[in-house]
Amino acid sequence: MTVSILLFLPVVAALVVLLFKNAAAKHVALFFAVIELALAGYFLSRFVPDTTTQFTVDAPWITAAGIYFTAGIDGISMILVILTTLLVPLIILSTYKHNYKNAGAFYALILFMQAGLLTVFTAMDGFLFYIGWEAALIPIYFINALWGGENRIKVNIKFFIYTFAGSLFMLVGIIFLHMQTDARTYDLHGFYSLNLDARQQGWIFWAFFLAFAVKMPIFPLHTWQPDTYTEAPAAGTMMMSGIMLKMGIYGVIRWLIPIAPLGVEKFGLMALILSVIGIVYASIIAFRQKDGKRLVAYSSLAHVGLIAAALFTFMRDGSFVWTTQGLQGALIQMLNHGINVVGLFFVWDIISTRLNTRDISQMGGIARVAPKFAIAFLIIVLGTVALPLTNGFIGEFLLLNGVFQYNIWIAAVAGLTMIFGAVYMLRSYKGVMQGPTNELTVTFTDISGSEVLVLGIICALIIVIGIYPQPILHLSQAAVNNLINSVHSKIIPLK
Amino acid sequence: MNTLIVLSVLPILVLYLGLYKAKSALLPVTVVGLLLALGLAIAAWTKHDDAVPIYHSMMRFDNYAIAFSSITIISTILILLLSKEYFERISSHVAEYYAIILFSLAGIIVMVSYYNLTMLFIGIEIMSVSLYILAGIRKNDFASNEAALKYFLMGAFSTGFLLFGIALIYGASGSFNIEIIRDWVLAHPKEIDPLFYTGIMLIIVGLCFKVGAAPFHFWTPDVYEGSPTLITAYMSTVAKTAAFAAFLRLFGACFQPLSDFWMPTLLIITVITLFIGNITALYQQSFKRMLAFSSISHAGYLLFAIVAIGGGSANSVFVYATAYSIASIIAFGALILVQQQSGTDNFDAFNGLAKKNPFLAFVLTVSMLSLAGIPLTAGFIGKFFVFSGALSQYHTTMVILAVINAIISIFYYFRVIIAMYFRDSEREQVAVPVYYNLVLGLAALITIAIGVYPEFITSLI
Repeated sequence: MTVSILLFLPVVAALVVLLFKNAAAKHVALFFAVIELALAGYFLSRFVPDTTTQFTVDAPWITAAGIYFTAGIDGISMILVILTTLLVPLIILSTYKHNYKNAGAFYALILFMQAGLLTVFTAMDGFLFYIGWEAALIPIYFINALWGGENRIKVNIKFFIYTFAGSLFMLVGIIFLHMQTDARTYDLHGFYSLNLDARQQGWIFWAFFLAFAVKMPIFPLHTWQPDTYTEAPAAGTMMMSGIMLKMGIYGVIRWLIPIAPLGVEKFGLMALILSVIGIVYASIIAFRQKDGKRLVAYSSLAHVGLIAAALFTFMRDGSFVWTTQGLQGALIQMLNHGINVVGLFFVWDIISTRLNTRDISQMGGIARVAPKFAIAFLIIVLGTVALPLTNGFIGEFLLLNGVFQYNIWIAAVAGLTMIFGAVYMLRSYKGVMQGPTNELTVTFTDISGSEVLVLGIICALIIVIGIYPQPILHLSQAAVNNLINSVHSKIIPLK
Repeated sequence: MNTLIVLSVLPILVLYLGLYKAKSALLPVTVVGLLLALGLAIAAWTKHDDAVPIYHSMMRFDNYAIAFSSITIISTILILLLSKEYFERISSHVAEYYAIILFSLAGIIVMVSYYNLTMLFIGIEIMSVSLYILAGIRKNDFASNEAALKYFLMGAFSTGFLLFGIALIYGASGSFNIEIIRDWVLAHPKEIDPLFYTGIMLIIVGLCFKVGAAPFHFWTPDVYEGSPTLITAYMSTVAKTAAFAAFLRLFGACFQPLSDFWMPTLLIITVITLFIGNITALYQQSFKRMLAFSSISHAGYLLFAIVAIGGGSANSVFVYATAYSIASIIAFGALILVQQQSGTDNFDAFNGLAKKNPFLAFVLTVSMLSLAGIPLTAGFIGKFFVFSGALSQYHTTMVILAVINAIISIFYYFRVIIAMYFRDSEREQVAVPVYYNLVLGLAALITIAIGVYPEFITSLI
């Protein structure tokens, strides 16, 4: 069995879901998402955690242009495949209490987006990667713009233009790389074995970096993000923050750094500093937020900034300092951040549908009337602030460790995310859940049914991964080591 | 070559049908005739492209000619299927429409298969004269008259340039035959006559006018807006595709060795065309005018393939022109329906369309995404081939400029999508005839099919 079944099933599912209306569409969509998860589970059970790419599919596609449908799963892809297939059913389940009009189209778009995301995470061909990249963008644009809030039109066209512009430069970069290969191929390993000079790698760096930096997003290309997150329907926000932004991080790991290490050497410090600025900037703004959803959006910006910072701790004074810890931390933190941020957005979705507001200052005392909800919220907050024995801890610890080995001062500044994060997260928790109830919150009903299920699964994951992250780290260990060695060996002979 | 014969006899037959008032037979006969012509063209396709010049080396019906003949015939069929009841509404002489369109198509077949510069000229004239008439076919409408007059004057002017250019080439090389001209160029690499260079420049001017490239584009918006919408669709898709096919055929065959000389000129024309088309389109309130200006910018992308002339150029132009034609037909078809209902062609007329006509809104969205070059649609494959071709010749700066234009174009193509899906309006359902659904649905299907698996059209040439 090859990975192609994993890529095409959501497309088929999307077409099937289109035929259904309202409640039926939810169930059908969930059914397919769970099957997809089961499939991913099957792949996981057959996966050998070594350096090879497994379940490969390699079929001719556009032979006139040297394009092949090449995809497969290695240790790095596996983490992202788990993330995507795990979160999509949770996200669909989290919408069970909503009644979106045109539900068939809504769920079809989510499943279609899943296909695009999985294509990005498994593509081993530059052209396919680009197709997946855009195939994930179109559905989310329509999800946000059709089912979003008041300001959705303006905000989303901005979002679309930003990401589309970034990715077009990446396309130019991919075609350029293709032209450099002897065999005129788009194959990833063909790109890896190129011998580009430092100047060319510098250009490639920019072509890819723009696309990835917009997606993550890295300061100052982040301006689309808080508005888009706020205006999007809850499921759309979760898809974007939970999975879509990982496309950018994954792209840096899989494409940018191995293909253009000399470009990263040259401009990596700039990227690192921008990431750190982003961390501090987002944290400070998060402090001031009254709107819960915006607060989560900015906190997500800060956390992702830390991941980006660790990735760009690459070269210092001409010696190679890219560490396994930093990269492993980035991978596991992608998974953890996905789980936590989906949890947080779901919590705020629950609050805002019940109270019709997201203004923290109007709330208080919800813990008294909704104890189950309070526990779940607390666990998710603790996971987000990276308390030891929660999932956030292991990732952020490894990331900070990576940055620390690069430069202690940058690590100190970057480490502020954890402190700042703890402050504004716990403060918002206190504001919302503790203290006396008021007129607004006294009628808050506790979570039930699908909400319990979703939050229960998320909390269980937070704790289980927090206590025993080893199996996940083990999955990517060999692939990460291999990647670091190959990048290292690419830099040395050129020195 | 039987295609050309069929297409020359068919319009005469149609005229006679009109004479005997056999109105209901017009469309079926035309479509069957076109299908026959298409079948004959496809039957002439050979795997190794070993067609020989025919008619004393006047024409050569090679795979290039077959591919472009086929796509122009297919586009014409789609447009004519949309014309049912449309021509009746705007004129009483319906047979004229069909006949003149078919005559121009005969000219187009000559344009894409010529092997001699005189045939190029004759083909362009057959097409252009037919188009002048079509533009002015609403005899009592001032806009239509103005369009025809403008088109005719400017067209006649540019034809003069083209003819002068051909004459100079003849003067320098001693032949009209493109094979002999090419051999002459290859034989005298160092001693090309200045006459020859001047000839190339004049031909560029003449052809750039025909394809609507800036700064020779001034006729396009007015002519496109003044002509009946379906005729605009025909002009901006079929006629434009043919003009590019003719352009590339000449430059690919004869002038490629001299590309150092003419390339800078064409490069500048391309950049100006892209920016003028895109930026002007951005400021339009009318959907039809937007399409007119965006067609200028698409001409810019197509010129790119000629600038980066090489083995892949034919394929790039073919794929791009196909994608562009099919998507434009959807756009114009939807425009006709909406215009009929609301009486205006402004963007506002599309507000809330998705609620009442989900299918129409969907196909128009596919069309807009394809025109904007979004992946999984044919338009992306076209842009991809054009960009690849340009990068293979190291026109990196140009590609960056083209990318910036692609980003600008998002704004105006998405305006339609935004109007249809995200803006509300009190509107009635637009009545969509069955054959519209069929044609638009088919066109959308082709657009997506090419976008997902372009292999079946990229291996034709």
